This record gives sequence, C-alpha cells and structure tokens, in this order.
Amino acid sequence: MELIIKGKGDAEMSTAVREKAADVRENTTAAIRIENVSKIFRTKDSDFTALENISLTVNRGEILGIVGFSGAGKSTLVRIMNLLEQPTSGRVWLDGVDLTDLKPKELRKQRRRIGMIFQQFQLFASRTVFQNVAFPLQHTGLKKEEIREKVDRLLDLVGLRDKAAVYPSELSGGQKQRVAIARALATDPEILLSDESTSALDPQATKTVLKILKKLNRELGITIVLITHEMDVVREICDRVAVMEHGKIVEEGTAFSIFSSPESQITKDFVNTTMHLTRIDELIAENDPLVDISDHQCIVRLTYPEPHSADYPMVSEVSRKFGIDVNIFCGNTDYVDSRPIGGLVAVLEGPVESVREAIRYIRSRHIRVEVLKSGTDYRTVDAKCG
Amino acid sequence: MGQIIAQWMPNVVEKSNDFWKAIADTLVMTAWSGVFIFVIGLAVGITLTVTKRDGIAENAAVYQTLDKIVNLLRSIPFIILLAGLMPLSRLIMGTAIGLKGAIVPLVIGCAPFYSRQVETALATVEKGKIEAAESMGCSGPGIVFRVYLRESIAPIARGTTITIISLFGLVAMAGAVGAGGLGDFAIRYGHDRGQTDVTIASIIAMVVIVTGVQLAGSLVAKKNTH
Repeated sequence: MELIIKGKGDAEMSTAVREKAADVRENTTAAIRIENVSKIFRTKDSDFTALENISLTVNRGEILGIVGFSGAGKSTLVRIMNLLEQPTSGRVWLDGVDLTDLKPKELRKQRRRIGMIFQQFQLFASRTVFQNVAFPLQHTGLKKEEIREKVDRLLDLVGLRDKAAVYPSELSGGQKQRVAIARALATDPEILLSDESTSALDPQATKTVLKILKKLNRELGITIVLITHEMDVVREICDRVAVMEHGKIVEEGTAFSIFSSPESQITKDFVNTTMHLTRIDELIAENDPLVDISDHQCIVRLTYPEPHSADYPMVSEVSRKFGIDVNIFCGNTDYVDSRPIGGLVAVLEGPVESVREAIRYIRSRHIRVEVLKSGTDYRTVDAKCG
Repeated sequence: MGQIIAQWMPNVVEKSNDFWKAIADTLVMTAWSGVFIFVIGLAVGITLTVTKRDGIAENAAVYQTLDKIVNLLRSIPFIILLAGLMPLSRLIMGTAIGLKGAIVPLVIGCAPFYSRQVETALATVEKGKIEAAESMGCSGPGIVFRVYLRESIAPIARGTTITIISLFGLVAMAGAVGAGGLGDFAIRYGHDRGQTDVTIASIIAMVVIVTGVQLAGSLVAKKNTH
C-alpha cells in the first residue's frame, strides 16, 4: 500500500488520497490478526504469564484503543504485533502474512509496514531532528535528495519543519513525540502502534498529538493501535476499544458501547475515571451534608445507554407531565465518536406515586435510572422508589 | 631559558637525546598497543553487550565465556603478565624484549579493561532506543553501528581517555623490564643513579602528555553531547 504521505503537505492533501483512505476504511479486512497468543516470561525461579491466549483483530482503517491498568499486558500485546516480543505460542498475522513464521530478514522488511511510537519518544540524542526522521530511510537505496524531500514533507506534516537542524534535547515533550511520529511514518507504514504515546505529555501537547494521530487515520487511512490508561484519550479518538486485565482481554466493543454500557467491573472503573457521575456515590457513602434529603425526596442517576436520547428535553417533560420537581445535582454529557454520552444526577421531589410513575416513564424512554438514595416516605411504600 | 634548564637539570641536558628518544618510545609503544586495544576492546565490549541477557543477539554461552576471560585477565597483576607472556611474545612478535616485545603483554593487560569501559558506555543506550530501531526494521549490524556506537560516542570517548592514561602507566612498567621509554629512563638514571632531575623531567613530560590526552578526550566527549 503506497498511499502514505506521497502527497504534498497535509494542507493540500489531494482528493485522490483522501478517497483512497476512505476506501481503505470501508474495507473491513483485518490489518493485524492475533491468534491464540500467549506470552510467558520465564525467570530463574518463576514464570510470569503476561498474555494468556489472546485473540484480537485490528481492522483496517480503525483506531483501536487497548486500555488497562499498568501490568495488564498492554505493552507486551502491542510488542507482539510487530514481533518485538516473540509470542510463546500463537500466531500473528499481518495482512495475511504470518509474522511468527518469517526469517529475520523478511521480518525486518515486514516491520517497516508497522510504525511505532513510544511513551519516552526514543529519539536518537546524537542526531538532529532531520537525521532522526531520515534514520529509517538511510541505506535503503534512496538518493540523498529523495530522502531530504521526504523528510521535509514528514516534518511539514507534524508542523516541525523549522526544527530540522535542532537536537531532540532542545525540544519540548510534545515536539519530541511529533518528531517520533514523523520518524515512524518514514517507511510509509499502513499501521501505527502507539505505546502510551501521550502519557508523558501535558494536556495541551496530548491534544496536539491526538489531533495528528486522528488526521493520519482519517486522511491517510493509517490503522492505529493505541495503548493507553487514559480514558480521555480513548474518548477523544478511538473507534473501538479492548479492555485488558491480567493478560486477558475482558471486554471489547465500539468506543461508544464501552462508555455507555460497560460490562466488566474494570471497564466500569475506567469509564468512571472520566465521567465524574460516580462522585455522588462517594458523597452518599460518606453521608455528606450535601446529600441530606428530606422524607419526600430521592436521588437518582440517569444515564444514556443509547446514542439518541441526549438531545431530548427529558427533565422539563417529566416535570410537567408528572407534577414533580427535578433538581439537577450534577450533569456530564460528553461526545464519543460524535455521539452524546453521559447523564445526570438529580433530586426528584413530589408525591411518592408521581415520582414512581415518572421513573417508570423515563425508563420507557430508554434511559437508565438508578435510585441512589431515597427519603423515608419512599421506604414505606417500597424499598426503592422505583 | 636554556641556561636555567642547564643549571637545574644538568643530567637531563647531558642526556637530552636519550630523553627525547624515551618520550618517543613511550608514545610509540602506547600508540601501537593502543590500536590493538581499541579494536579488541570495541569488539569484545560490543559482543558482551549484544550477547547479554535481553541483548539483540542473546547468547549465554558466548557471554559467559567472554565475561569470565575478561575477569580472569583483569585479575592478574600486570607485572606477572609481563613475565608470564614472554613465551607468547616470542611466538607472536619474534622477541620478548624491547619495544616489540612489550606490545603483547600491553594488549592482553589492557584490552580487558577497555572492553569493560566500552560495555559500560554502551549500557548507557536505553533499551527503548534499540526497540525503536528494531521497529523500523534496522538490522543487527545497523543497530550496533547506527544506534549503540553512534549514541554512545561521548561515554566511549571518556572510557578511551581513561584507558589511554592508565595504559601510560603500564607502558612505564613494561619499559622498566627492558622496553625503553620514559619509565625505563627515569628508573635507570633518576632512581638507580640518584639523578633526581631526570625523575622530575620524566614526570613533567608525562604530565604534559596526560593533560593533552585528557583535553582531547574531553573535547570529543563534549562535541558529541547534545
């Protein structure tokens, strides 16, 4: 696939390239397929299973996020994809080629189809920005002029052409990562592996790097596998997510489904780190005066498990229809994959029957309702006001 | 100036030809053995680095063997090597005495030390950089020359400087057992005949040489630190 960065600057990306990229996105064949891969690190006195019988497909043209807490095996998994780590068992297919079956020379050739960026950038300190980006191009038969042209184009793409003659030590973290991206793209890879590439960056630099990654995916059709422990990063750019724990994939799905209806506990924990709607649970558990309610009030959490419901005037409708007061305690709506997600925590107040009717009605509109705390009035009628 | 020197160092002035020749012998011995030490030390240092556990060409047998040999040679006092290696010197160089005879013990005495210096210098290159190069499809030799050596020019320059300076010490010892050079000059006249000015002049010459080497080494290291 020769489509990558053959165009001019990013600003003048030709429509042909863009269309080709779109084609690639629609073609859903696997870019990388991992088949029953296990990785066991053997030390003198014990074995450590880093990956346990993992099968995972990275679709062509997607941004796949792999999340998990540290030690879950994400970094090992991403290193299996370009065989920086040899799997103990199982196979790794790159577009129909079994990487585990290749001779070293052939493997090196295939590796050039997969770029990789790292948390600590891993730029060569003894080389200038230009020389770093030129590194994978040297000794490949390209003429000096061709290398210069290509490196200039790559540096334009990440907006660092003016830093070509500078050494990495003079750059900020965000700039270093952009140079690393340019270097990873020098071999025209179809796939980019990102191992915690934004974890060492400040929020501003993180945004810039994510924007570049998104652009590479959308405009050049590069498939991206992104390892992270930050759900904000996932929410920002991932199409699909795989959640890892103890060397296994515990949940896999579209970014939207992972955020709106996480199934496993670990996924819920992750989603909670970014959605802030669970803060109320802590307040209730601590009996904070903030959540003191009177006998005829109850606290509910409303979340949208389905994409369409966030733009409907639920609060005012319910309030009008059932004659109850809805006092919004806190709300958080965000967008994943351009679809609204989130919800709100509210205090409902009114006659017990009306509130129960209202809750039933809200549920019928495919909104998830959890009753977090209820006043004594409700308890006499029912254990929970719903 | 000449008069002052003649007044303070009569014996040196009297033997000025021997003095200059001694300096030249010291430099020549250091240079010749230095070339071999440099090549062997780099080769061994690189081999130790790549065959180490988690190295790019992990090989426990090669690593353990080399590691033990280096340790063994480093633990033998140089003066014993000098005497013990005479037969080997005769075999390789055709003689066990003089300038030529000193090269073999100097190389065997110093190359293991330099190997460790190289190994330590290469260890400053983070594993992540090697990984990055591998991910770009870089070959083994490519990683050694374009990453390991290139990234550690400064620490290698520092290790080389330390090695050259300690090599001067070994050269002086070799000289004392018949290879000539400043060490021999200082012992023969300064010590044996009580001509203290000869000892002082020899020391001054060494200070100048060592300072020059250190300055050059530091300059190379500085130029390659970014």
